[in-house]
Amino acid sequence: MKPVQVLEGRAVPLERSDVDTDQIIPSDWLKRVERTGFGRGLFSEWRDDSSFVLNQSEYSGATILLAGPRFGTGSSREHAVWALMDYGFEAIIAPSFGDIFRNNSSKQGLVIVQLIASDVEELSHLVKEDPSLLFVVDVERLSVEVPEKGWSRQFPLDPMTRERLLQGWDDISISLRRSDAVASYELTSVAPSLGGVFDAEGHTRHP
Amino acid sequence: MSGKTLYEKIWEQHVVVAPDGEPTLLYIDLHLVHEVTSPQAFDGLRLNNRKVRRPDLTLATADHNVPTDPLSTPVSDPISKRQLEALGENCHEFGITVFPRGHENQGIVHVIGPELGVTQPGMTIVCGDSHTSTHGALGSLAFGIGTSEVEHVLATQTLPQQKAKTMSVVVDGTLPDGVSAKDIVLAIVGRLGTGGGAGYVLEYRGEAIRALSLEGRMTVCNMSIEAGARAGLVAVDETTIEYLRGRPGVPQGDAFEDAAARWRTYVSDDDARFDAEILLNAAELVPYVTWGTNPAQVVALDGVVPSPENAVDDDERESIARALEYMDLTPGTPLRSVSVDVVFIGSCTNSRIEDLRAAAAVAKGAHVHQGVRALVVPGSRRVKNQAEAEGLDQIFTESGFEWREPGCSMCLGMNPDILSPGQRCASTSNRNFEGRQGRGGRTHLVSPVVAAATAIMGRFATPEEVHA
Repeated sequence: MKPVQVLEGRAVPLERSDVDTDQIIPSDWLKRVERTGFGRGLFSEWRDDSSFVLNQSEYSGATILLAGPRFGTGSSREHAVWALMDYGFEAIIAPSFGDIFRNNSSKQGLVIVQLIASDVEELSHLVKEDPSLLFVVDVERLSVEVPEKGWSRQFPLDPMTRERLLQGWDDISISLRRSDAVASYELTSVAPSLGGVFDAEGHTRHP
Repeated sequence: MSGKTLYEKIWEQHVVVAPDGEPTLLYIDLHLVHEVTSPQAFDGLRLNNRKVRRPDLTLATADHNVPTDPLSTPVSDPISKRQLEALGENCHEFGITVFPRGHENQGIVHVIGPELGVTQPGMTIVCGDSHTSTHGALGSLAFGIGTSEVEHVLATQTLPQQKAKTMSVVVDGTLPDGVSAKDIVLAIVGRLGTGGGAGYVLEYRGEAIRALSLEGRMTVCNMSIEAGARAGLVAVDETTIEYLRGRPGVPQGDAFEDAAARWRTYVSDDDARFDAEILLNAAELVPYVTWGTNPAQVVALDGVVPSPENAVDDDERESIARALEYMDLTPGTPLRSVSVDVVFIGSCTNSRIEDLRAAAAVAKGAHVHQGVRALVVPGSRRVKNQAEAEGLDQIFTESGFEWREPGCSMCLGMNPDILSPGQRCASTSNRNFEGRQGRGGRTHLVSPVVAAATAIMGRFATPEEVHA
């Protein structure tokens, strides 16, 4: 994962609540075995509608998505994060998020900015008045700012996620350094091995 | 000091390391894998020259995009075909047991784990699928993960995790006739909303949960995620033990009793403290149906389509209005007058043998309404075989239902079983999101008996109307 420190960009107001990951990337796109190219599928069922906000020229090139409460609920598909990032989004600002989506975002470097609903609404209002407004999301300081309006808020992020974003750390490398602890744990584990249950062809050894 | 919840017991037994200021590294006892959320994870392993740490704790099946046509029909979608082939190749390369299409143990990942007895009490179980919460019905801590985490578990057999809060969901009293596990969980999701369970592990408790079969408990745990909770749990009791006895994955003979004695410890202590609690009275529950585009938008089947005027705030008002438009429904319309085009009986929520028995009992001697397409998709090859041994397939086909091969099917429309734009479907699955069952399709979530009755009446209905 690439380190993420300060993001500067314009924002686009989605203004919908309960945007589940099926809306972010419909299942038809999940058949692919690649990790790239999902941007074309982002919100695909809505993008045919010329009035959909992502189709408005004044928001083209925006890198920050302003969304309603419970963004990214539902399916665990990380493809939702890949689609948002492939499209060009670097941060999502919303009042609340699906737990798995939030987790998946942290693995890819998509910054999750949780603000209270009235703050998100205020930002949406500001952007609709002036889509060219520059936003600054600072992961080091855990702040989101609209300098031109003198608008600034702090947002919460657990210390480890913040550090991983700032350093661009990959979780797997960190955990692999704990292999000795894992091996000691395994000596005491009672988890049954599947080797005794299935043969090489996957047939059960017991009826 | 108070006692421990079931969640805390399982958590504590799986801590590998808990460094200060960092998430706990949790050991994973069983990793279930399917074709959709794994190919990029296997690619990641190859790219970094990493191995699967414990292929013997990893089990794979093809389920999400397998066709449910007869096995002689080839997979016509080249992209699906490639993904199914990739699962086989990846499992072969990394030494993982895999059940491809047509295999005797193949089926929906959350159906086969319990039925093979590889899901066991006290385990930590993950899968790249949000309905992994299903396995919590056996007293195991089971939750869905994304593809990066799938790769992490493949490489390390662990996951960095923050401890969740606990919520006790008590369902006391006795369920009325015709009200099932599905109605319990629809009521719970309606009560909590799609975000009410976020950050929590739900433990389902109370007389009505204890009275459910193990399969009914799976239906309840399955939809925990629809309330935003990553995991749902039910404490172990004799129903759990008897469900597991004799299954291929559990110890056989005397060794089973030793395992059962250990499993019986997976209950919350009497003096355990939960961070939150909600209480439902089973006697007040009725058959439910979702009317909107998220699973919390639910009403009694006897009720009417709600109005934006019922909303508590602007956000909800907008959400109701948008859902009504998508679903093409008018406020005040009785649900029993709403007709359907398609009925789907299947999915990891409701495709097990008891679900099929319940639906078949309604279908027997009746016929699917003219113009309605009704599909029955068993959750696994074993469920299908069992149903056929009991003659359920005959009942379904004679009643005009399609009897199909096992898989996820129309729950999420990744295989050819999809709705056409504008079609309305009564579905025993778990999500009524926009486009979930096919672009422009309109999904209403119901129990298996309501689905079967609806297929026959051509509109939302309960079984007593079929046999009136």
